[in-house]
Amino acid sequence: MIGFLTLFEKEFLRFWKVSFQTVAAPVLTALLYLLIFGHVLDEHVQVHGVRYISFLVPGLVMMQVLQNAFANSSSSLIQAKITGSIVFVLLPPIPYGAFFAAYVLAAVARGLMVGVGVLLATVWFAELKVVAPWWTLVFALIGGGLFAALGMIAGVWSEKFDQLAAFQNFLIMPLTMLSGVFYSIYTLPTFWQGLSHYNPVFYMIDGFRYGFFGVSDVAPETSLAVVVTCFAAVSMLTLRLLKRGWKLRG
Amino acid sequence: MIPAVSIVDVVKHFGSLQALAGVSLEIGQGEFFGLLGPNGAGKTTLISSLAGLIRPDSGMIKVMGHDVIADFREARRLLGVVPQELVFDPFFNVRETLRIQSGYFGIRKNDDWIDEILENLDLTGKANVNMRRLSGGMKRRVLVAQALVHKPPVIVLDEPTAGVDVELRQGLWQFIRRLNGEGHTIILTTHYLEEAEALCNRIALMKQGRVIALDTTANLMAAYPGASLEQVFVRTMQQ
Repeated sequence: MIGFLTLFEKEFLRFWKVSFQTVAAPVLTALLYLLIFGHVLDEHVQVHGVRYISFLVPGLVMMQVLQNAFANSSSSLIQAKITGSIVFVLLPPIPYGAFFAAYVLAAVARGLMVGVGVLLATVWFAELKVVAPWWTLVFALIGGGLFAALGMIAGVWSEKFDQLAAFQNFLIMPLTMLSGVFYSIYTLPTFWQGLSHYNPVFYMIDGFRYGFFGVSDVAPETSLAVVVTCFAAVSMLTLRLLKRGWKLRG
Repeated sequence: MIPAVSIVDVVKHFGSLQALAGVSLEIGQGEFFGLLGPNGAGKTTLISSLAGLIRPDSGMIKVMGHDVIADFREARRLLGVVPQELVFDPFFNVRETLRIQSGYFGIRKNDDWIDEILENLDLTGKANVNMRRLSGGMKRRVLVAQALVHKPPVIVLDEPTAGVDVELRQGLWQFIRRLNGEGHTIILTTHYLEEAEALCNRIALMKQGRVIALDTTANLMAAYPGASLEQVFVRTMQQ
């Protein structure tokens, strides 16, 4: 237990010590998205009877939760692998389950901190009410956990920073940007609507947004089932790879 | 008495390269043991297998009677390893680094022992300095300190004095000798053969993944009267 707590604390401090870069910068990025898209579209678009700028805020919050959870675990692991400091966590008797839990929880913590930061920075520009706070919390936690676990796989798999960047740019970014952060999928042509249902991030954003407005493209129970299933599958895969020592223990 | 380290017929391949070709040896508790050989002989692969950093294809390794795979938690708790590469975590200072390493081994509130290690390795004045700001020699000392935070009975030093100045080297060996005198088993790999000659009671010479000589330092040197360990090493490797 102490090993797990120490690893969690170390992972937490790792991003907290550079919080200007790891927390403040993503908050600023989200704020810029809001100012630009909100300014251009707010007077022309309403979604589910909600002003566009209000609709946009939860999407941006959740997008930053997911992207930062992924960034935390993946960057920590690849940096440790490339510098060789990974030996400090491989030599001690830390079970692979504790290893997984520490990295995922620290990454979720960063995701949530950025998410709260985005909410605090953007709430002044939009009329927001949270009608079902537990739904928002559940989707943020499980979605963040899923992306943290994906980040672990990416960090362990990558041997160079450009491999991790490819994972991030060609998988994570499209999945999050094409998930309904900026729009309701029912504004899309039929083909793209259908395709969006195969994107698990769509369910995370939609379920998270339900917590704010009480309306969503898909029933929140359905979204939760999809997100929990994906989280369980990715977690099991990550645990299996860690148990085998894949790309960590030669 | 249970051996400190027991290695039985360990084989490891990296692709078509055979890094370890059936290595067997036993190291007794309290020994100061030297593992010598040219680059590529398999020393670091053997140490990595012992530390659980790589998994052998076959064979068995035990630390104080605990299998490094089946009973890895206990085996790793009993082992302290100073890695060959000069690695560090740039986010933390020296004391934080040592506290974190203690925590990984399940030890909180370890500051008394950390202070003692810092003092013995002449690092007290650097305790609150970030790892990035230390010289190479200082970083090497911190690596030694990290291996000792959990007071392991078996300590592996993989070329610990590479790039370290003479004064520090002497201080380091004085401390390691003291630990050995207190009962810690020391396993040393080094390219400084005069150090091995002065420190090690017993030596294994490795070549191409095999142990080609294993004896007390005195017996190895007796085979070539008047020769230094370096000369013994060169002749043995040529055979």
